[in-house]
Amino acid sequence: MRLERRASVPWALAATAPLAAIAAALALAAGLILAAGVNPFAAYAEMVKGALGSRLAVTEMLTRAVPLMLTGLAAAVAFRARLWNIGGEGQFYLGALAVAWVGHDLISGLPPALGIAVLMVVGMAAGALLLAGPAFLRLRFGVDEVVTTLLLNFIVILFVGLMIEGPLRDPLAFGWPQSVPVDDAFRLPDLVPRTRLHIGLLIALAVAGVVWLILARTVFGTEARAAGFNARAAEFAGVSLPRTIMGVALLSGGLAGLAGGIEVMGVTGGVTTTMSPGFGYAGIVVAMLAALHPAGVVAAAVFVATVFVGADAMSRATGVPSFIADVIVALALLTMLVALLFTSYRVRR
Amino acid sequence: MTTVLHLDRITKRFGALTANDAVTLELKEGEILALLGENGAGKTTLMNILFGHYAADEGRVEVFGRELPPGRPRAAIEAGVGMVHQHFTLAGNLSVLDNVMLGSEPLLRLRSRRDEGRARLMALSEQFGLPVEPDARVARLSVGERQRVEILKALYRDARILILDEPTAVLARPEAQRLFEILRGMTGQGLSIIFISHKLNEVMAASDRVAVLRGGRKVAERKTPETSPEDLAELMVGRRVTRPRRQAHAVGAPRLVAEAVTVQLDGKTALENVSFTVHAGEILGIVGVSGNGQAALGALLSGIAAPEGGRLTLEGREIGGLGPRAFIAEGIGRVPEDRHAEGVVGELPVWENSVLERLAAPEFSTRGFVRRAAARAHAAGLIERFDVRGATPETRIRLLSGGNMQKLILGRVLSAGPKVILANQPTRGLDEGAIAAVHAELLAARSEGAAIILISEELEEAVGLSDRLQAIVGGRLSTPVSAEEADPRRLGLMMAGVWEEPEDAA
Repeated sequence: MRLERRASVPWALAATAPLAAIAAALALAAGLILAAGVNPFAAYAEMVKGALGSRLAVTEMLTRAVPLMLTGLAAAVAFRARLWNIGGEGQFYLGALAVAWVGHDLISGLPPALGIAVLMVVGMAAGALLLAGPAFLRLRFGVDEVVTTLLLNFIVILFVGLMIEGPLRDPLAFGWPQSVPVDDAFRLPDLVPRTRLHIGLLIALAVAGVVWLILARTVFGTEARAAGFNARAAEFAGVSLPRTIMGVALLSGGLAGLAGGIEVMGVTGGVTTTMSPGFGYAGIVVAMLAALHPAGVVAAAVFVATVFVGADAMSRATGVPSFIADVIVALALLTMLVALLFTSYRVRR
Repeated sequence: MTTVLHLDRITKRFGALTANDAVTLELKEGEILALLGENGAGKTTLMNILFGHYAADEGRVEVFGRELPPGRPRAAIEAGVGMVHQHFTLAGNLSVLDNVMLGSEPLLRLRSRRDEGRARLMALSEQFGLPVEPDARVARLSVGERQRVEILKALYRDARILILDEPTAVLARPEAQRLFEILRGMTGQGLSIIFISHKLNEVMAASDRVAVLRGGRKVAERKTPETSPEDLAELMVGRRVTRPRRQAHAVGAPRLVAEAVTVQLDGKTALENVSFTVHAGEILGIVGVSGNGQAALGALLSGIAAPEGGRLTLEGREIGGLGPRAFIAEGIGRVPEDRHAEGVVGELPVWENSVLERLAAPEFSTRGFVRRAAARAHAAGLIERFDVRGATPETRIRLLSGGNMQKLILGRVLSAGPKVILANQPTRGLDEGAIAAVHAELLAARSEGAAIILISEELEEAVGLSDRLQAIVGGRLSTPVSAEEADPRRLGLMMAGVWEEPEDAA
């Protein structure tokens, strides 16, 4: 038995691969649910009901999908150019912290719309700067960015802890380690009244559109793709690798930072060290499930959010630990990698 | 003589493509058989079936009179068939001895019998004249040395029939000659050899018999002494192919001038004190054995490497080290040495590859957005004008054959109307038909007044196309000779580093 590269990947195959991967992940996780003594079908039914069963459930799920879309886009942009940004989690937190700091009282008095725009830029800048360091180290000294970006996550989370225990501590939080909140004027308006769903959803969808436009239609996007596939040939053709990689890094870090900023402005108000259930890491799964395509990222983020939100409901109803959500998402990454193998290769005997 | 190998009406289809169509082939003991054909004629597929990598759809393989079970390389090895692939299958981080012994011992044996293995390897190395250093790490070996390891690996497994897939594709000419001497020695000791090639001169020089494949069918079989290169070329291509000839014409003013240029590559001086002048409407050929500084010269003229010393000027302006983008903007077209590694981005479609060098030009982008319609139209034009077969603008470029990919790269360069063209090994790995097409295009660009630098290891090509020639030896360039003065003896001396320096040279 051997694997043979396909001449071209049929469109239908590429589209069904993520669905097959998800089905396989759910089937594998069913084994664990069974081991927990629960009928998997009943458990999954609870999960779907918990995430999609009511208006409130759907808005909760979409609220959860917003940061995943943005961190997913961050990973997709970077991975396309073969820049392995594993630091989405750190960029998310730094973006969140910067927005809370600036948005608390530094820009008071600005009109709300302008203030929100400023804070979005602040969040992006924080995330972008955080990834600029590892990108520079890679370009200048060949330091592996997988290691630097991954380790920076822990440094940033500890730094956030330091700040919210110290200078940015919220005095009104009764001793809870929480940062000062963003000024109420700059909180994102609700999209659906009396739910937590905010206009960040529209922002994330618009950003996905813009990212698609950049990647597919601009000179920069084309050069970034070329550099990702074959850096030597791109350089030979006159693409400046340092500029392209740095541009990709700023965009990717900026998107993950924006995710953190929007989460603060839209949901939490202030920053805590537990505000992200791994949005940065889950963004990698989202990007892979989406085969690095921006439109796919939106769909994949909705799927991962469904699992996260639904698993809580399932856990309450059936007693299966909600950690099953992490297991399903992790399995989905593995099955997707296998599915990608089968879309680009064909098995021959 | 006994027949050691018999392929009987082998047919293999890949989807709609019939790669081998009822091919029958026999190999006698002690014989060197050349399997000749253009790229895509089905040579490698046939050998992969023989070796058990593929199972044939129809037909049988018999080795020493016994039928081989299809699709089992191990059975082929046990029957005494050894294969040396074009792309070597060695583990670079292991030693030569490790690589040779790997997989030859039972999995469950606790301790590797390395001393035995070493003695056997050294004995084989001695017997067949294939010197190797058993403890050297394979990653540090030259390509020629790696090929020796591959051959020893097959011999270590008691191969009596050796198959070599394009063995000279990666070798410089003297190494190739040495290889064929070794192969001849092996047949003297009773081994039988098939080598795959599309190079006529080596087939003529090294084989006893030639089988010609075209379009998956065996179209002819000849005893080598009874045929001629012209005869074989026609059989291989299916029509008469003649390489175009250079017509004398007047050259123009100096275009690209290098004065005492020195280039460092990976911390070593790769070009030293190199000077040349290319005029408009002239082809300057740079000949030499590979590894003598061609890579550095290519990098310098592509804009990748900056000169450490000396001047590189285009029409009097210094351009050394400005970078690929500036070189392209200045009208220097570059055909890189390695198509796949440098020439194209394989995963991108033809249209994106055709404009990648000039994305920033107003023709192909406005305000940072790619003008996709214009780029696609440009690609379609290149496909049409340069006869790129099997391509549409949407085809992923890695699916093109080497010759068609090269025609597209050449088209990309020529369509920009370059002042200077760097053609670095432009026909390496191409078949006769494609070579003729590439030569015709280069000569056409010359008549239109382009200044062309042709770096080539193929003497015949360099002499046929160039107005003047310089040899590259150890990172230095000889003084130029005109094509008329360039007889083989003089070129040979130049490539060996013997030439007269002019009186006024510093």
